[in-house]
Amino acid sequence: MAIKVEHELHNRRRGRNMGVGLLLVGFVAIVFGLTVVKVLQLGDANQFETFDHVARPQIIPQDGGE
Amino acid sequence: MTDATLHETTYEASMGDYFALLKPRVMSLVVFTALVGLLVAPVPVHPFIGFVGILCIAVGAGASGALNMWWDADIDAKMKRTAKRPIPDGRVQPGEALAIGVALAGFSVILLALATNLVAAGLLAFTIFFYAVVYSMWLKRSTPQNIVIGGAAGAFPPMVGWAVATGGIGIESVLMFALIFMWTPPHFWALALFVKTDYGDAGVPMLTETHGRRVTRNHVLIYTVLLVPVALGLAFTSIGGPVYLVTAIVMNAWFLKGAYDIWTRNDADAEADKYAVEIRVFKVSLYYLFAHFGALLADAALRGAGV
Repeated sequence: MAIKVEHELHNRRRGRNMGVGLLLVGFVAIVFGLTVVKVLQLGDANQFETFDHVARPQIIPQDGGE
Repeated sequence: MTDATLHETTYEASMGDYFALLKPRVMSLVVFTALVGLLVAPVPVHPFIGFVGILCIAVGAGASGALNMWWDADIDAKMKRTAKRPIPDGRVQPGEALAIGVALAGFSVILLALATNLVAAGLLAFTIFFYAVVYSMWLKRSTPQNIVIGGAAGAFPPMVGWAVATGGIGIESVLMFALIFMWTPPHFWALALFVKTDYGDAGVPMLTETHGRRVTRNHVLIYTVLLVPVALGLAFTSIGGPVYLVTAIVMNAWFLKGAYDIWTRNDADAEADKYAVEIRVFKVSLYYLFAHFGALLADAALRGAGV
């Protein structure tokens, strides 16, 4: 017995659904790429940790950090 | 339910129908001029950020195209050239075009702000507003100067590209804007002289119909004369160079000669040779814009190579 019932709408909209899927994948790739580029442009990656607004003793040199 | 309504409800708009809402041909010109604005700027941009910036500008231009098609669906249906657009042809519902236009406009502006800077995003937002509201909703149906002021929307992309790189506005980017802004009227009116349009039937005031073809010929010459100092002036800014200067001198002389030829003719002459001069000048105007922006790119490449 077939578990999956294909509605004819699925066939009719296949092209559109594929298109929307590809656009979403593209959007994810763009956000990921931007994140990588922006983080790498910071130079010192430790700066990135300072954005979380939490005291992090390990990144302050006199408290035992590098 | 009649057969006709059955047909209407079962047609599924394809991706291609939605893509056509974004006016891909206009988009290609926008991408080219925005890319030149970005590449000639004195500040280097990371290639991926530059790519995202150009993509946002292209999507923003597409969004304003969709909004324009939503607003103008009634007149598009009356004109032969535009009757096959997705909305008048019944392939896309007006509400869908509005939703796509608004969504893509917001999306492109916010992503541009996050990826680059607020100046570029603000300029892009203003460009979309200018094309969709100032041009489409307000000027297009109310004044024969519609394409003069509306041409500003097409002139903004290099300024946005420049702002993506520099985060600001400079004399160079303003002159690139002015170059396209002043070029649009003679380019468009040369076309209007030889294409038999049905703007009149649709109730859109075009200079050829409201003031006649003689006045249009005068306007082509006046705007071309005003364009020349803008085009030559750009050669003496930081983005100008020898290639641009030579290109500008040759192309402006060529375009000016064409505009003069259009001015000295009347419609009897034009009918006699099937608008040969008007068609030639329209083609020259296309080469004109591509040559100027191509030359800016060539000079930027020469500077980059240390020549």
